[in-house]
Amino acid sequence: MKRLLSHPSLVIGLAATLVFLALGLLSLAWTPYPIEQIDIPRRYLAPSAAHWLGTDNLGRDMLSLVMAGTWTSFLVAAVAVAIGVGVGVPLGLAAAAWGGAVEWLVLRLTDFVFAFPAVIVAILITTLLGPSAVNAIIAIGIFNIPVFARVARGGALSIATLDFVAAGRLAGLGNVLIAWRHLLPNIMSLIIVQGTIQMSLGILAEAGLSYIGLGTQPPETSLGLMLREAQQVFLIHPWLTLVPGLSIVLIVIALNIAGDGLRDAIDPRLRQGNSNVLA
Amino acid sequence: MILFALRRFLGFAATLIVAALVIFWLLDLLPGDPAQFILGINATPESVARLRLQMGLDAPAHERFLGWLWGMLQGDFGQSYTQRAPVAELIWGRLGVTLPLSVLAMVISVVVGLPLGILAARRRGKLLDTAIMVTAQTGVAIPNFWFGMLLTLVFAVGLRWLPPGGFTPWNEDGWAAFRGLILPSLALALPQASILARVMRTALVDVTGQDYIRTARAKGLTMGEAVWRHGVRNALLPVLTILGLQFAYLVAGTIIVENVFYLPGLGRLIFTAILERDLILVRGATIILILAVTATMLLTDITYALVDPRLRERSTP
Repeated sequence: MKRLLSHPSLVIGLAATLVFLALGLLSLAWTPYPIEQIDIPRRYLAPSAAHWLGTDNLGRDMLSLVMAGTWTSFLVAAVAVAIGVGVGVPLGLAAAAWGGAVEWLVLRLTDFVFAFPAVIVAILITTLLGPSAVNAIIAIGIFNIPVFARVARGGALSIATLDFVAAGRLAGLGNVLIAWRHLLPNIMSLIIVQGTIQMSLGILAEAGLSYIGLGTQPPETSLGLMLREAQQVFLIHPWLTLVPGLSIVLIVIALNIAGDGLRDAIDPRLRQGNSNVLA
Repeated sequence: MILFALRRFLGFAATLIVAALVIFWLLDLLPGDPAQFILGINATPESVARLRLQMGLDAPAHERFLGWLWGMLQGDFGQSYTQRAPVAELIWGRLGVTLPLSVLAMVISVVVGLPLGILAARRRGKLLDTAIMVTAQTGVAIPNFWFGMLLTLVFAVGLRWLPPGGFTPWNEDGWAAFRGLILPSLALALPQASILARVMRTALVDVTGQDYIRTARAKGLTMGEAVWRHGVRNALLPVLTILGLQFAYLVAGTIIVENVFYLPGLGRLIFTAILERDLILVRGATIILILAVTATMLLTDITYALVDPRLRERSTP
């Protein structure tokens, strides 16, 4: 733990992420004003003591909206990462442990899913089920699956040749137990680092999908949806786009710095690699 | 090499066919009868039945799927029943916005990103390196559509240099059309350029430590010459892979950025189609997008193998 905390970028990034996460969590219990409280006479107010970040086109408190929106962004990205890890990691481990036809199949499957950018998946699901935050989660989650499958396979392959894995095999462990006991624990750090990267990509993707109307729907709110609602008036009231936009940028920077720091702290050898190419 | 290209092409074709199958199956699950939609609610059951027969809607699913595939191979994507026009024609019209936009964005990100990456690597650890990397770190965190809004505020509303949105067709006024694409392509290019700068820097720093650079130095080249002649070429390999992936996702990214600038591209077409439940149009447009993504990846793979012979031997990347 001490070793982890000696990396300044990790500490700064993690602290900033936690501040936003705390704001988001707080919004579940308390926001300065209820986010659904429409108050037309009080719309487009500049920041003041009563409304720290002003009010939007419906007179809602911007700070409350940002808090609630931050929570949605984190939630969508986190569940999407969980989907990616839950499906992708077992696939990657299976590919590494069995090899042969299993590996071929997993690789072709990941290639195939890579051909579907999240936006296209979201378009298909929206056509099928109508728009909602769940669509965004599924679309981003599907996009995450091949990423984690590749990372897990790559990591597991580099470990599979080590002596303790061979010892496990001699001891009569099958592929499942080898993967579970020996491969998985050793690739956890890789998965955690990739997880932070996918979190930040997920928050960006959620914003994009909600902005074009394929993600979160009112009366819920998200940072992307705030930008969508501000779109009509942003030439006259740019403040309404600056606040949620800057929040997204700060959260993503915080997550990226935390991810970089985590990568350096856990395994300095990974420093040169940059698999974050899918934005 | 030919064998490698052939194998990659087969993979590409298989991906497309499976993708088409998935799209077809998903959209086939939906309730709703296109024939009923076209004729309206007042149509008699007999006329709906006649039209269904005419449109081939009563055929079994696999026949309709094969019919769709076969049609697409001949450039026939079916008829849009809300816009009453061939889907291929509608998509083709919109590609005139989406494709130039993606290409322009790619060009900008290469022209800006690569030199910055090289510069940062050459000045590693210096102030310039830090400045470029901090900018790149911020660049990847900025949603491209939000950056588009900021650009509009500054360059269209504030300075009035460029139009805030909308699009003049190419055949009416080519220059105006180009001007309309400048801000959107800058918005799309920012995150891509940032990623490229980072990848280029990492790749070049890696390469600088290689033996062949030392050999080149031993031959009497300065470090700058050695890196320029031998390093950059080798460092471009990982950059190339990422370029391919980036272009693929750029095409998808235009869908979002088109919204900021009210550009009549593929994205806008798809949204109208979703709202009006024009499934034939959604089907055609999504398969075109996937074609763009997979074709780019195929081209990247083949280019990569042309540039780096070591890769031809391996079947999986």
